[in-house]
Amino acid sequence: MKNRGWLFVIPALAVLAISAFIPLMTVINYSLHYIFAGSTPTFVGFENYVEVLRDSAFLRALVRQLVFSMGILAVEVPLGICIALCLPKRGPGVAVCLVLLGIPLLIPFNVVGIIARVLTQSAVGVIPEFFALFNYSFNVAKDPVDAFMTIFLLDVWHWTPLVALLCYAGLQAIPDAYYQAARIDGASAWKTFRYVTLPKLRSVLIIGVLLRFMDSFKIYAEPLLLTGGGPGDATTFLSLHVARKAESYNLGYAGASSFIYLFIVIVFSYIFFQLMTHIGKGETK
Amino acid sequence: MARIELEGISHTYDPPSVPETQREYAVSNLDISWPDGSANALLGPSGCGKTTILNIISGLLQPTVGRVLVDGKDVTPLAPRERKIAQVFQFPVVYDSMNVFDNLAFPLRNQKVPEKAIGKKVRETAEILDLEDLLKARITRLNAADKQKISLGRSIIREDTAAVLLDEPLTVIDPKFKGGLRRKLREVQNRLKKTMVYVTHDQHEALTFADNVTIIKDGHLIQQGTPHELHSQPASPFIGYFIGSPGMNLLDCTLQDSALQFSDFHLPVSQEMKNKLGSAGNGLKFGIRPEVVDIATREQAGAVAFTVSVIEYTGAYRVLTCDRESSRIKARVSESIPVTEGDRIWVSFPEEKLNLFFNEKRIV
Repeated sequence: MKNRGWLFVIPALAVLAISAFIPLMTVINYSLHYIFAGSTPTFVGFENYVEVLRDSAFLRALVRQLVFSMGILAVEVPLGICIALCLPKRGPGVAVCLVLLGIPLLIPFNVVGIIARVLTQSAVGVIPEFFALFNYSFNVAKDPVDAFMTIFLLDVWHWTPLVALLCYAGLQAIPDAYYQAARIDGASAWKTFRYVTLPKLRSVLIIGVLLRFMDSFKIYAEPLLLTGGGPGDATTFLSLHVARKAESYNLGYAGASSFIYLFIVIVFSYIFFQLMTHIGKGETK
Repeated sequence: MARIELEGISHTYDPPSVPETQREYAVSNLDISWPDGSANALLGPSGCGKTTILNIISGLLQPTVGRVLVDGKDVTPLAPRERKIAQVFQFPVVYDSMNVFDNLAFPLRNQKVPEKAIGKKVRETAEILDLEDLLKARITRLNAADKQKISLGRSIIREDTAAVLLDEPLTVIDPKFKGGLRRKLREVQNRLKKTMVYVTHDQHEALTFADNVTIIKDGHLIQQGTPHELHSQPASPFIGYFIGSPGMNLLDCTLQDSALQFSDFHLPVSQEMKNKLGSAGNGLKFGIRPEVVDIATREQAGAVAFTVSVIEYTGAYRVLTCDRESSRIKARVSESIPVTEGDRIWVSFPEEKLNLFFNEKRIV
């Protein structure tokens, strides 16, 4: 090897191999075998994949997951932009706002799940009590909509600040001259937002959308702690479904579904990235 | 197109809570008038208040004191779009998400001009700016000079634009494109006869663009005139030094008997000059342009001996730095005069080309 620079990369590659490459290969290996813990694996080719794709429980979890993640993006991204636009640009208020926005981000997933569980517990929690005032019986253990919406709003509360902070940083980087030019060109507030602010936020929004999509697609701890994926399978998202199969020692099925899961995340992330880097770039309509 | 006037403009960035006596004024007591259709420059060193003045004219800033008039009408309380004053910024401001056509059309669309008229106007403007081939191009593919042209295009596309303000529009342009864009600006002004005010700290840009140059220093107007007037009759030693390359030679002197007495030489003056100087005897400042200093390689009557200490080559001419015991003179001479560093030369100062300043003001 002529370039000794490679030597410096070896430790990082080793860590990457142990943490990502080897597990991934193991998963692929599992996915091609009929394998239950304790028994001798038999090679079955793509049978596990066929089984996963025919499994209605998997497909329901996938649809549920997509609805959830798209909903998260549709709510958190616009809301995050709005919050960022409302934040003060300078002065003592800035620090206060940033700290307040930062607090949810500091709370771990499982703690968030437990807080939600306490708040929504029937007969104890504040939320069922609140809904009782309107004669609505709020019960996450029984009503699928209540459970789904609780997880959804929990995620919005937990992660919208991330989008807001990203956008806030993006907004600060837009030179004043753009706004002055828009004023001189007689642009309305909406047009200024549409043609100055939004295009200038493109790069942070790409990061925001990708992060929120990938993270929301991996949601696990909150539904597990709130209702364990129930009632029924109302909050059994994809990761929860896959984990269940692995817990039941059906490693071949779990391997195949994990791999499909990974594939979906990559494909969707790629689509988002391509869309966002290319739309509205001033090309001829 | 319109006449722009500033009347007694002063501006401070200090909040009103700062007492009157302690306020620092970015610009003070400015009275400037720019005739309709004129090419003007606002020239001054960095931080002299040029951009403040520009923002006051365009309406992005409200002056603390004074009025802005457009064609005699007070527009001080109006918003930028109502004043119909356009501005081109230091770095090119374009709307990234639109193509060149849509960028140029943007101010018209905001005015709800019919789409058909917009198409015609955009093509006309693109033709003036040599952007016809780029109308459908993506903004991100353009270089800074073309972007700056679009920015200029947006400012001239509205028929009712009263004036165009240019805030150091060439600063961030690649040197390769600077010359072309500078000529384009001048050409656009000539063709459209729009009132333009070009703000810069670069005398070369100001003097080549404008017919009428206003010099600002520390927020005060120092002199307004044609490039020729500023060059040949600077109102103060500062302008003499600031305009021209290299700047005017400035030496302290006093008038004694019939001669200007310098620290280490003296220069006889005519009776006529003496009369002009009148009673101002002490504390004079003597100024002469490096281009009009006469250089001889052997002794001449009335010439003063200097030693050439540095020769700078600039191509077509050379700049000599000539020293005596305590005086230093720069002279711009052609290649044909044979001198080398260390040579002794004789310098004479043609009396009709002299400038004499007293109390920072030009008296001769």
